[in-house]
Amino acid sequence: MHRTAVKKVVLEGVLDANDALAQANRQAFDHAGNFVVNMMSSPGAGKTALLEHTLDRTLGKVRIGVLEGDVQTTLDADRLARFHAPIVQVNTGAGFGGECHLDANMVRSGLAELPLHDIDVLVIENVGNLVCPAEFKVGEDVRVMVYAITEGEEKPLKYPLMFRSADLVLVNKMDLLPHLHFDLEKFLRNLDAVNPGVERILTSAATGRGVDEWCSWLTGRHKD
Amino acid sequence: MHELAIAGHVVDIAARHAEGRKVTKVYLKVGHLRQVVPSALTFSFDLVAQGTTIEGATLILEEVPATGRCRECGAESALKTFPFQCEACGASSLEITQGEELYVESLEMEGQEDEKLIAEG
Repeated sequence: MHRTAVKKVVLEGVLDANDALAQANRQAFDHAGNFVVNMMSSPGAGKTALLEHTLDRTLGKVRIGVLEGDVQTTLDADRLARFHAPIVQVNTGAGFGGECHLDANMVRSGLAELPLHDIDVLVIENVGNLVCPAEFKVGEDVRVMVYAITEGEEKPLKYPLMFRSADLVLVNKMDLLPHLHFDLEKFLRNLDAVNPGVERILTSAATGRGVDEWCSWLTGRHKD
Repeated sequence: MHELAIAGHVVDIAARHAEGRKVTKVYLKVGHLRQVVPSALTFSFDLVAQGTTIEGATLILEEVPATGRCRECGAESALKTFPFQCEACGASSLEITQGEELYVESLEMEGQEDEKLIAEG
């Protein structure tokens, strides 16, 4: 028998398997009545610091749970432990030196440890990275991006995928504005260029600026 | 580097559809809006394929440029830089029609002559 090349048409989406798992997560969240936030940023933009404020101000009003994603360590989960909110750490460190994002399967692996039926708002703190997390749905209702003004004005143009996928941008570290050569208007123009009219709140985890507005945004949307 | 995770999914898809046959080429469509770095993806693909049934296959990327349809006048425009604007009327409300692709289009495998008949997709 003569050996030859055979072509097989497949037409399968690379992320189909992930998207199916994200959909399953979403069903579990919906069933439990969770409003789920996928919180993303580059490393060090202030996600955990903002979450500390968020837990501090909203505990007692809304039941918030946190799924912490990091390549290594439980440092962020340890910082939030004092609030006694349901929290689970998911490390992506296995494999090729650690995945740079959470995917739907990783989130799924953390859910068993969270009492979803006792949670109104679940914040999934993604791994700090300006590219990869945007590609992977995890079953979230909304995407909130934390952006530190120390990162400069141009990043929306350089990393459009994440900025385009955000439902809300928290423009953080505003307390540093007097010390930086940062053109806020130019940044907001760049943001509007990739995601016209996206909601934004100017925040500072250092001074607490904008935190009330952010907490209102968050708690006003959870499912009753 | 999301290319590594994407490569892992591509290898999984190829292995499942190959059903044990030796894969020589994997054809992948990637839209420009996906922020995939081709060299990083092919490097990752070779790495992830090692030790699997896909080892030795060549990943062939076909990049798809971004286009959009104007919601105001209906014209199609190439989308190269932000902000996206209609080339005909200048409106900034466009529906993206192309450029977000990310799928395995086809596989080339070693097979028998008579298998060609079943290779239609």
